[in-house]
Amino acid sequence: MTDSAMTPDEHRRADEAATGPMLAADGRPLKASLNRALRRQKLRAMMLIAPLLIFVLVTFIAPIADMLFRSIENQIVSDTLPRTTTELAEWDANSGDIPPPEVFHALFKDMFIATERKAHTRLGSRLNYELTGVSSLFRKSGRRVDDMGEVYQDQFEDLNGFWKDGENWSAMMGSGSWLSAMGDWNGNKDAAQPIFEARGDIASTLPETTAIYSEFASFVLSEEDNVLTEDPWAVVYAALYDDLANGADVSGLSGNGAAELQEAAAAVAAFETVDFTAAFADVDEDWHSIQVWETIQTYSPNFTSGYFLNAVDMQKSPDGPEMRPENQRLHIMLFGRTMFMSLVITFSCILLGYPVAWILANLPARTANLLMILVLLPFWTSLLVRTSAWKVMLQQQGVVNDTLVWLGIVADDSRLALINNQTGTIIAMTHILLPFMILPLYSVMKTIPPSYLRAAKSLGATNWTAFWRVYFPQSVPGIGAGSILVFILAIGYYITPEIVGGTTGTFISNRIAYHISSSLNWGLAAALGAILLAVVLGLYWAYDKIVGIDNVKLGG
Amino acid sequence: MADTNGSDAFVEFDRVQKSYDGENLVVKDLNLFMPKGEFLTMLGPSGSGKTTCLMMLAGFETATHGDIRLDGESINNIPPHKRGIGMVFQNYALFPHMTVAENLSFPLEVRKMGKSEREEKVKRALDMVQMGAFGGRRPAQLSGGQQQRIALARALVFEPELVLMDEPLGALDKQLRETLQFEITKLAHDLGITVVYVTHDQTEALTMSDRVAVFDDGRIQQLAPPDKLYEEPENSFVAQFIGENNTLEGVVKEMNGDKCLVQLDGGEVIDAKPINVSAAGDRTRVSIRPERVEYNKDRLSPDAHTLKAEVLEFIYMGDIFRTRLKVAGAEEFVIKTRNAPDVERLKPGQMIEIGWLPEDCRALDA
Repeated sequence: MTDSAMTPDEHRRADEAATGPMLAADGRPLKASLNRALRRQKLRAMMLIAPLLIFVLVTFIAPIADMLFRSIENQIVSDTLPRTTTELAEWDANSGDIPPPEVFHALFKDMFIATERKAHTRLGSRLNYELTGVSSLFRKSGRRVDDMGEVYQDQFEDLNGFWKDGENWSAMMGSGSWLSAMGDWNGNKDAAQPIFEARGDIASTLPETTAIYSEFASFVLSEEDNVLTEDPWAVVYAALYDDLANGADVSGLSGNGAAELQEAAAAVAAFETVDFTAAFADVDEDWHSIQVWETIQTYSPNFTSGYFLNAVDMQKSPDGPEMRPENQRLHIMLFGRTMFMSLVITFSCILLGYPVAWILANLPARTANLLMILVLLPFWTSLLVRTSAWKVMLQQQGVVNDTLVWLGIVADDSRLALINNQTGTIIAMTHILLPFMILPLYSVMKTIPPSYLRAAKSLGATNWTAFWRVYFPQSVPGIGAGSILVFILAIGYYITPEIVGGTTGTFISNRIAYHISSSLNWGLAAALGAILLAVVLGLYWAYDKIVGIDNVKLGG
Repeated sequence: MADTNGSDAFVEFDRVQKSYDGENLVVKDLNLFMPKGEFLTMLGPSGSGKTTCLMMLAGFETATHGDIRLDGESINNIPPHKRGIGMVFQNYALFPHMTVAENLSFPLEVRKMGKSEREEKVKRALDMVQMGAFGGRRPAQLSGGQQQRIALARALVFEPELVLMDEPLGALDKQLRETLQFEITKLAHDLGITVVYVTHDQTEALTMSDRVAVFDDGRIQQLAPPDKLYEEPENSFVAQFIGENNTLEGVVKEMNGDKCLVQLDGGEVIDAKPINVSAAGDRTRVSIRPERVEYNKDRLSPDAHTLKAEVLEFIYMGDIFRTRLKVAGAEEFVIKTRNAPDVERLKPGQMIEIGWLPEDCRALDA
């Protein structure tokens, strides 16, 4: 084909084939040009939503992620008892023997430090979730552990007055640069106290002493006391004894305290020693219970499935997870009850809300707006007030029962139990959640033109057929939206069941609240919350599969 | 066809009144008789009561007073679904959650018709509106014109004898509207059904109907076949509402059988045909159609009264010329002339003399 025989269109196509991608006026590829043009717009859009995004991240996503993390996090045991858990790793609970003396020795050091930091009671409470009695065991031991170390302290101090003085210790343990920095700090206390730095040769010769003295120093620092003058803990003397008894070679040392150390190294062989295994048994013979050590060992790792197992009524055992004894099971029943009652509440809301929404959607705008205010009125009333009002209404001597008795429907001696049980929770929560059903229903019904019903009737359908075959199917998206709203709100509801639910009408959320605010078992609360979240997401997924989330309309 | 004596009336409104608020009558004393097979259009501005009449006939509104009879029987107390009246709505009202075939099947299902019979009727109805291939679609997948065809098929599928249409073509563009106007009239005549059609579009009313009822202020102003309505409006509302119209105001000067002389407010005297005037001295509003005005002196009778007019605007519209004149002080006087070789093209500023046959100028109520 010659050039002249081509139509303009063919020319264009031939050009395109020759040059490849479409080019913009400045010769760059059109795609790149378009992206450049859109980038500014995208950036601006991002900047507009950035405040909300950051707000949501900081106040919503991050706390939830942190809370969920707590359901598996278990660092408290290894953080508080680092030496004990390391030593305990070797021990076999099934051997039937209590752990070896090294474990008790480590426990003494850990417990001493934990007690000084007042961390032992927190760990006690944590382990008490797993084994009742641990809390008091830890508290008791904390009070007595001071005495155990004094044996060594006294012997060192008797050996040489040098050991009595905190200033001698700090001069011996601290590095030259730290000591001079401390000297400067002494002159001007407004500045922050320098962080303790151990002397190099002491650290290599007396590792245990250095480690514990460092912990002591950082504790004193955190208390804003002067590390230079503070007298060390008894456990530091015990560590020094350990180092020297283990044959630390102090002969090569020089400088502060070298002579005293060498003197002590020669003397420790004759020191009286403490049998920590017996000492702890003396404090509480539970320390010789295999169960206690088994619990500590089981919860030594940094992460645990224990909270989740507990949340589904299971527990850890040496043979793996197993169901808890019948009388300790609670959570599965609570989850089941929560689901069941939420479903009942959702259905009650549909039954009561549908006709109301229908009337609202079909009344003239003026009247509808007035009635809408009545629907919304509960929103403007405090939740507590509404729930408390139900308490007044539903109790045995309450308004409802009085009316029924007065009407003769119920005998005076068999008044209905309408509160502090499931019935109470269902009645009160249906009332409180009703607007969440009516509003989406109303907004969907508002969009269904009355001509559909008229058309159906003109085609020969009775009122009921017209409603059921024509109107109802079109209102289903509203029911879907309302049900999801009500169900998800109900499943996590807490205040109303707490007030009117008694013991049989409470939800899983009340249990979560209990663990958050009373038992302080946040790990279990987080695990229960995580399961609840998973259940809701699962139901949402199932709803999407069965009904389709496109069929949910909140309006329009 | 337009037999109005009432003895063989199929649809009958007998002194019907309707009020929504108990204070104002929306429909005032309506009397209407329709024979079987007639295509009657209710035409009027919005708020004139035409849709209310339709809704009363369909059964969605109840008459405050009077009787509505269908085939001789009063239907005042019969619920809409038992009236067996097909209805086509302005917004089509196709059920969005059903396919086209299910929509058509719906009136048959509620009549407990068997499945095979239903399918056959649905197919026939769809073919009737040339939508046979669309049975499986949802209404939302159809264009406006297609939806209206389906709505029509649905109103006809259960073979009602009376079909009501409430501005069915209102939402469509002009071209589609004209096609469907033709199709609807053809279907109605082929099937022999009686149709009551509501519209505010006068062209639609004139082209489709056997008779047109012009509504205003809750009353039928005139009920007549399209040609009579256009050429012989009985009052100034109808004259004004139907087609383009020139009005001049004045006083009857002299009655002379089926002619009269009217003295306009500016003093000029013109010939007219008395319609709503009875005696000299009555105030009147004369009405004359733009195409009946003549300015070629040769075609006017020698004794005809003429008026001086100044050409204000001359618009070339292809088949016709539309000229705006200043006549007797009125600047909105319009004449239309056919584009023919012998017709003079007027120029703005030109002074001409206009006149008409006395029977084309109707002296109506003031």
